[in-house]
Amino acid sequence: MIVPIATLGTSIHVSVGQVAASLALVALAAAISYWWKADLERDIGIAAVRSLVQLTLIGYAIKLIFEADTLWLVFVLLAVMVLFGAITARGRADKVPHAFLPLLVALALAGASTLGLVVALGIFEATPRYLVPVGGMVIGNAMTASAVALNRLGDEMHDSRARIEATLALGATAREAAMPTVRRALRSGMITLVDSTKTTGLIFFPGTMVGMLLAGANPTDAVRLQLILLYVLLGSVSIAALVATGLAYRNFFTPAAQLREPGGG
Amino acid sequence: MLFELRSVGLTRAGRAVLDGVSAGIPAGATAIVGPSGSGKSTLLRLLNRLADPDRGEVFYRGQPLAGYDPLALRRQVALVPQLPALLEGTVESNLAYAAGLAGKELDPARCLRLAGLSPEYAGRDVAKLSVGEQQRAMLGRALAQQPEVLLLDEPTSALDHAARDAIEAALAELRRELEIAVVLVTHDPAQARRLSDWVVRLEAGCVAGCGALEEVLA
Repeated sequence: MIVPIATLGTSIHVSVGQVAASLALVALAAAISYWWKADLERDIGIAAVRSLVQLTLIGYAIKLIFEADTLWLVFVLLAVMVLFGAITARGRADKVPHAFLPLLVALALAGASTLGLVVALGIFEATPRYLVPVGGMVIGNAMTASAVALNRLGDEMHDSRARIEATLALGATAREAAMPTVRRALRSGMITLVDSTKTTGLIFFPGTMVGMLLAGANPTDAVRLQLILLYVLLGSVSIAALVATGLAYRNFFTPAAQLREPGGG
Repeated sequence: MLFELRSVGLTRAGRAVLDGVSAGIPAGATAIVGPSGSGKSTLLRLLNRLADPDRGEVFYRGQPLAGYDPLALRRQVALVPQLPALLEGTVESNLAYAAGLAGKELDPARCLRLAGLSPEYAGRDVAKLSVGEQQRAMLGRALAQQPEVLLLDEPTSALDHAARDAIEAALAELRRELEIAVVLVTHDPAQARRLSDWVVRLEAGCVAGCGALEEVLA
């Protein structure tokens, strides 16, 4: 029997001034973009402002949810995250026709199955304090992975059009013709997290562990929690990339196993 | 007639690629000729349902094509595209894939010989073949399905004269040896004369001539 992780009981106070000081690094990023004509200054500015506003708002929302201590508010918050995650990922999958629904299903399934499993296995308690941060992390990573996978799928389906149609011409099903392409897209969605998990502790310290260490937690607890989260994320990212690619490739084909015309929707 | 097209039309991006096409294609060797952009390749793709017409109807052996299961149809009516597009692996793995889809026993040496390649090509990596060799491997792959009809989309357009002659010789040999109908798209009337006995001539998506070779390409 696994004993659910206990409240860690560590907290630090971070002042607004400290946050403001860290904006110097954002200015540095914008300056590098400007000097090297990377044309990302506007995006960096938008990213900084959006992260500030969104995190502040979500901070208050989480505070309210923790205080209310009811699960239905957690589900509402996670559902909103899934919805916005699917909308955001769709922007990166612009070459995939009707990508929204596959992304929505992928994020919802990744979130529900992963959270359900960690609660069922007794790793975390089914309380807002655990479900909200873990759910947010799971959905965020699932969004990135499915966006990368579908972005690659769109490019690959375009580049492999001749090979896919030649395979269809032999009487292959749409699934058979698209399978090498879907496999490469799935791999793209998963590989970043797999690689970063391999190098965890050697080349970089992941965020949760850094956060806990900064907050004064015992390093052993920080490492164990980080390991749990990494393994949870590996599962959720795989589910999201698999579901997103497995549903989205179908939108490139007609029911008669014909490739749809590019841009035909 | 093997195929019959009745008032077939197809529009892409607001342009009529085929417009009111009515033509018959008998068993034997047929060439679809016409200038670039006249709709030849599109017409060929309609014959094994890689595309469906927006208007009109296509018949195969007297039955509407829309009534055929597209996957089963494509294993009887094989299409070799203009540019080679083999799967990663060896020539033999490509032949085996095609034969497996059609549920046919594979004789790699025979397929390769009919496509004008020696049996040693079976183990060759497709990525290391010339375009001409890849095109012949594509032909061999289609033959591995033992189709009743072979649709060839400009099979020599990307090849030099020597490779073109090799493909043409393979096709001539193929027709002598097998009871197989061939529909060939070509922009070259001379190639149509060498390889076919029936011609459908397209111009701007419309039929400008359909009949025996000597009548249409006199």
